[in-house]
Amino acid sequence: MTATMTPLGPPGHMPGRDSFLQLLHAEWTKFRTVRSWVHGMVVAALLVVAVALLAGFSSDQKGASPVPIGPGGEPVADTYYFVHQPLAGDGSVTVSVSALSSSLSDGLTGLRPGAVPWAKAGLIIRESTRQGAPYAAVMATGSHGVRMQDDYVNDRAGLPDAVSAGSPRWLRLARSADTITGYDSTDGRKWTEVGTAKLVGLGSTAQVGLFVASPPTVGGGGTAGSVSTATFQDLRVHGGWTAGNWAGEQMGAHSPTFSGYPAHGSGSFSRSGDRYTVTGAGDIAPAVRDTLPTGGHLRDILTGTFAALIAVIVVGALFITTEYQNSMVRTTLAADPRRSRMLVAKSIVVGAVAFVAGLVGTAAAIPIGTRLASAHGVYIFPTSSSTQLRVALGTAALLATTAITGMACGAIFRQGAGAVTTVTVAVVLPYVLTAIPFMPAGAADWLAKVTPGAAFAVQQTLVPYHQVASNYTPYYGYYPLQPWVGFAVLAGYAVAALAVAAVLLNRRDA
Amino acid sequence: MTVALHAEWTKFRTLTSPLWLLLGAVAVTVALSAVATSAVSCTTADCGSDPTRISLVGVDLGQALVAILGVLGVSNEYGTGVIRTSLTAIPRRVTVLAAKCVVLSGAAAVGGTAAVLGALLTGRIVLPDLSGRALSLSDGPTLRAVFGSVLYLVLIGLLSLGIATAVRDSATGIGVVLGLLYIFPIVAGTISDPHLRLLLEKIAPMSAGLAIQATTDLPSLPISPWAGLGVTAGWAAAALLVGGLLLCRRDA
Repeated sequence: MTATMTPLGPPGHMPGRDSFLQLLHAEWTKFRTVRSWVHGMVVAALLVVAVALLAGFSSDQKGASPVPIGPGGEPVADTYYFVHQPLAGDGSVTVSVSALSSSLSDGLTGLRPGAVPWAKAGLIIRESTRQGAPYAAVMATGSHGVRMQDDYVNDRAGLPDAVSAGSPRWLRLARSADTITGYDSTDGRKWTEVGTAKLVGLGSTAQVGLFVASPPTVGGGGTAGSVSTATFQDLRVHGGWTAGNWAGEQMGAHSPTFSGYPAHGSGSFSRSGDRYTVTGAGDIAPAVRDTLPTGGHLRDILTGTFAALIAVIVVGALFITTEYQNSMVRTTLAADPRRSRMLVAKSIVVGAVAFVAGLVGTAAAIPIGTRLASAHGVYIFPTSSSTQLRVALGTAALLATTAITGMACGAIFRQGAGAVTTVTVAVVLPYVLTAIPFMPAGAADWLAKVTPGAAFAVQQTLVPYHQVASNYTPYYGYYPLQPWVGFAVLAGYAVAALAVAAVLLNRRDA
Repeated sequence: MTVALHAEWTKFRTLTSPLWLLLGAVAVTVALSAVATSAVSCTTADCGSDPTRISLVGVDLGQALVAILGVLGVSNEYGTGVIRTSLTAIPRRVTVLAAKCVVLSGAAAVGGTAAVLGALLTGRIVLPDLSGRALSLSDGPTLRAVFGSVLYLVLIGLLSLGIATAVRDSATGIGVVLGLLYIFPIVAGTISDPHLRLLLEKIAPMSAGLAIQATTDLPSLPISPWAGLGVTAGWAAAALLVGGLLLCRRDA
């Protein structure tokens, strides 16, 4: 403290700037010499690691079937009813779809008719029947018109509207070496190209045929199983291909992404004349949190962030309320009467310490937690190292900003309990509320946009897909804001709290 | 004891913050319930779940203010040094703690009743077309949920009082309380071992205690309503026991 009593620095220095460094030094000395504050920050880092250990050790997915991995390295769902035959060389296959109807699982009565927007029925060419094999497909869907999809993640739109007996859709896939081109038509004569796909590793013989998939539908915060039936006509192969026998089977029945057929439903295939009726369930698409119950992601491992938050909020609030309690604040303000500068110096000190604690905690927790969870059979959604870096830096910044907000609220309330409660409730309660099962997705998204809890978006590693219907809610790890935009919301609250604290500090007697 | 009670009651009523905290608890409880009931989508006649529980969701937030009330009841005295005066006047420390518990329980019960009834009334106004018996105090499960929620708030107040007595600092005290209430269930949610997870949900003071608010689908709860409230009572008793022991053994 004696250092701040001499506001003039050595000759040749800007006095103001020098005294700020001294102020900073004074605040740092205060912080590091109070043992319980330092312990509080160490506890924050340890909590992040401890919960990662707990989450890793407690997981028990040993014996779960391996998760299929698509050509891009992402986890995929690859379950569908397949009516197929191997065909060598180049050629084309054509079919018309005249009906696609779906039924939903209904807890008590079994099945009831219902809409499945992403039910799929069409043609597919696959490298093999192996789970996760490269493929290209053109299909009619429940309510998204004709689509051409390939390698799980790519999706292009073709003709709009659903199929019916009065308005069927003709579909065609043509292979030329490793390039597959999809076409659609309303009459079977005039064809439009929907798109092309280049399949890496396609051998001379490919599996070609009809498929039907029917993903679970989303509603009321959960999902319901579904099954769909399609009617195909005019199935023919041409170009260089000659048709043999069509064989039908359910693919990926034991995949962890497949929850099985609803009660009273099963996959089947029947032929009468040139009419094929195929019933199937499952989906050919990238896997998301909902469809991969055996999966985990980085946010699960970093749940200790919530506990660490409370520790840094308490330390942040104490950093200033203790000064009010023992009247140290009068000495501090006597040493440097420009009061707002004290807030800035305290923010820098407590923010920097919390940032380091958070970075150390996450840097240890991410590798330890992911390894432990993987060792216990959990599939961790893959993340690039740049994403991991963003999660670690973002979590550290989240802790730092929250500690600064705690300090600012401590200056506003001049009393610890109110400050800690305000910040904790603002940052943590939104998550508690979004975890309530009946919370509608709209309300959960709104909470994750406008409350300081928006900053948890920095921990998102999951990717939503427009062609997969799912619960993309904060509870499942999908945030409505981009990572750094969510963080900016929290930073905005921190700046507002500091501004209010500065105004009050200047107006009130200390 | 009468003297101690009178002293605590005088301290309580002559400070302005307890009154504001109680009014705040009522306000935030009713406000959150109003937001939740208007946000919930009622696609089916029973709102897809439990209308009583949705109406009482404000208790999730209101308990934080009751917790501050409990913490400040003790830590303020340590902060200002009044605790030494209190213990000089009444050297039997257990008596002082007991008197604080009685005054806090009374205040939390009054504030809690106003908050919970306000939240229920909000639910009745906001939720459309409920079947006749729902959200009425003449319905057995709803009455149990309302009465239990008030008891829950009293227990949270006592838990906070016990923890504050043990740590003697308001920021640390409230940090521990909020950690127990909010973080415990979040951490339990990451446990993928179903048995361990169920166990943690059974022993967490918030998720166990709020089982008292459920009126439908009771078998799906981690713990039955009254047993859950018993768990919260156990936490409060343990906190008061530890706080009381430390109060008797340490210098003030």
